[in-house]
Amino acid sequence: MTTTSHRDMATSPRASTQGPQAGGLDASRVSWAVDGRLLLDGVDCTAPPGAVTGLLGPNGSGKSTLLRVIAGVQQAGAAVSGAAPGQEGGVQFGGDDLGALPRRRRAQTLALVEQDATTDLPVTVLDAVLLGRIPHRSLLAGDSDADRTAAWAALRTAGADGLADREVATLSGGERQRVHMARALAQEPRLLLLDEPTNHLDIAAQLHAMRVLRRLADDGVTVLAALHDLNLAAATCDHVVLLADGRVSAAGPIGEVLVPEVIEPVYGVRCDVLTHPRTGRPVLVFGDPG
Amino acid sequence: MNRTGTGVRGVAWLCVSAVALVVTVLVSVTIGPADLAVSEVWRSIAGHLGLGGLLDLEPLSRIRDGMVWQLRLPRILTAAAVGGGLAVCGVVMQSLTRNPLADPYLLGLSSGASLGAVLVLLVGIPLLLPVAAFAGAVLALVAALGLAGSLGVITPTRTVLAGLAVSQLCAAAVSFVIFWSAKGDAFREVLSWLMGSVASATWTSVAITGVAVLVLGTALSLSGSVLDAFTFGDTSAAALGLPVNRVRWVLLVGVALLTGTLVSQSGSIGFVGLILPHAVRMLTGARHRLLLPLSALLGASFLVWADTLARTVFEPRELPVGIVTAAVGAPVFALLLWRGRGRA
Repeated sequence: MTTTSHRDMATSPRASTQGPQAGGLDASRVSWAVDGRLLLDGVDCTAPPGAVTGLLGPNGSGKSTLLRVIAGVQQAGAAVSGAAPGQEGGVQFGGDDLGALPRRRRAQTLALVEQDATTDLPVTVLDAVLLGRIPHRSLLAGDSDADRTAAWAALRTAGADGLADREVATLSGGERQRVHMARALAQEPRLLLLDEPTNHLDIAAQLHAMRVLRRLADDGVTVLAALHDLNLAAATCDHVVLLADGRVSAAGPIGEVLVPEVIEPVYGVRCDVLTHPRTGRPVLVFGDPG
Repeated sequence: MNRTGTGVRGVAWLCVSAVALVVTVLVSVTIGPADLAVSEVWRSIAGHLGLGGLLDLEPLSRIRDGMVWQLRLPRILTAAAVGGGLAVCGVVMQSLTRNPLADPYLLGLSSGASLGAVLVLLVGIPLLLPVAAFAGAVLALVAALGLAGSLGVITPTRTVLAGLAVSQLCAAAVSFVIFWSAKGDAFREVLSWLMGSVASATWTSVAITGVAVLVLGTALSLSGSVLDAFTFGDTSAAALGLPVNRVRWVLLVGVALLTGTLVSQSGSIGFVGLILPHAVRMLTGARHRLLLPLSALLGASFLVWADTLARTVFEPRELPVGIVTAAVGAPVFALLLWRGRGRA
């Protein structure tokens, strides 16, 4: 792990840059209500290109909803549960208003890795990853050679090329996560949104997933990942946005947000911040309040 | 050009099933209660296709020719069209609702279509038959999905339970309407609507079901990539750029239209739409570009054989073809339930 841990993002110039940059994600005053309950209340969220931005917050703070609203897919979910969605504010990416983009253009621009996406159907890994090419080809056409090349490249980037012939249903949690990552990468997105990409993964698989995100960011992709584990965020993210009850309670470089004064009231726990002896990044330890 | 789903293996599967369907029709038409020789049957067909003079064949007597050309062949071709259409409907419904148990019969579309058909026959406007059956299928679909949705999160089991309620209600209404109005053999008529029958199929039935399958079945079969996008659910389909709700309603209305048209000619035949898609997925995987046409071809052969059994096993008496499809399909249904255990 030393190759990645040598990167000291917390003190690099890129990590200390604040606010939206040209080409980055800039969501402003995003609000969302389902069944009269306000899930997002005027959220401002920026993610610069070429960086990994962590979306943090306790359970139910609105992380998934924010990702889905940015991705423009929340309405589908709301319609299924019979909710009446209402949105204000706007989501800009690279100068485009994402909400105003045609669906297909939006799907060529951004990809979403959902939490626990499963299927009962007997699809192979390669076929699952080829689904990511749908926004790039005619709906009447089959997969072209270019599509297959892109799918294989995505499989390799996600470290899933050894799984290509397996059936998705037979994979372990870590393997499945790699496949979902590859499916999103096959879309060749400039903005990658991930909902708890390390959930249910062992530590090696977690670090692998974050390493892939880091490499994508280095290639210029804007990465916004909802994360549960504050220490994983501390070790791998450049910026974080901390949500609490559908509002942003803090945002900025990890050195500014992952501090006891910010973390303790949001999570309701005691928190001490140490410094990692090798990377210089913050390490958080927690205790019962009081 | 190597294209998944329709690669060399896929094309081979399609050719084999197309040949199997032609063979099925040619063989099944020679099987039946009347002692028609194989050569007589083919002589009759060749004669009607205008090959009689060319091949210098001796024409059959009017009665024996009529048995082949007016009774057996329309019946077999109708069965083929209905079987192929129902299999396509099953694929589309299973993929759109991500429910392995979805099919036009279990979700009540077929019973709803039967009810629509019976009502319009009662009023006496046979021309409106497919339209009324379509309306019945749509209403049943909306009722089943609405009821399942009102129970909370739509799960496969809730959908099937809601479909069961809708289909039982429609079946009871069909029976009531027939008993109240019928002058002839009410029992037989009830059975043929509720268990399905192609016994009275004519060349008109062939035309109606054939055109429906060719037009709607082809349109639905072209939606392969769209259905693929639903593999990992609605959100994933939306993230791939699909207008999920519009796609769902357009395709489900297409399914209801096709189901309604087929049911108006055959009554509600169960389990074809359920088991064929699963069998084909086991053979060739879940890519819809191959799954849809292959299910159609194999579904057509399947229902022709089911109907051949139905009309010959207890001859001279006939079974409703739905009994044969249920005998095959119900165990498969049980197997699917068992495989999905713990996910209700």
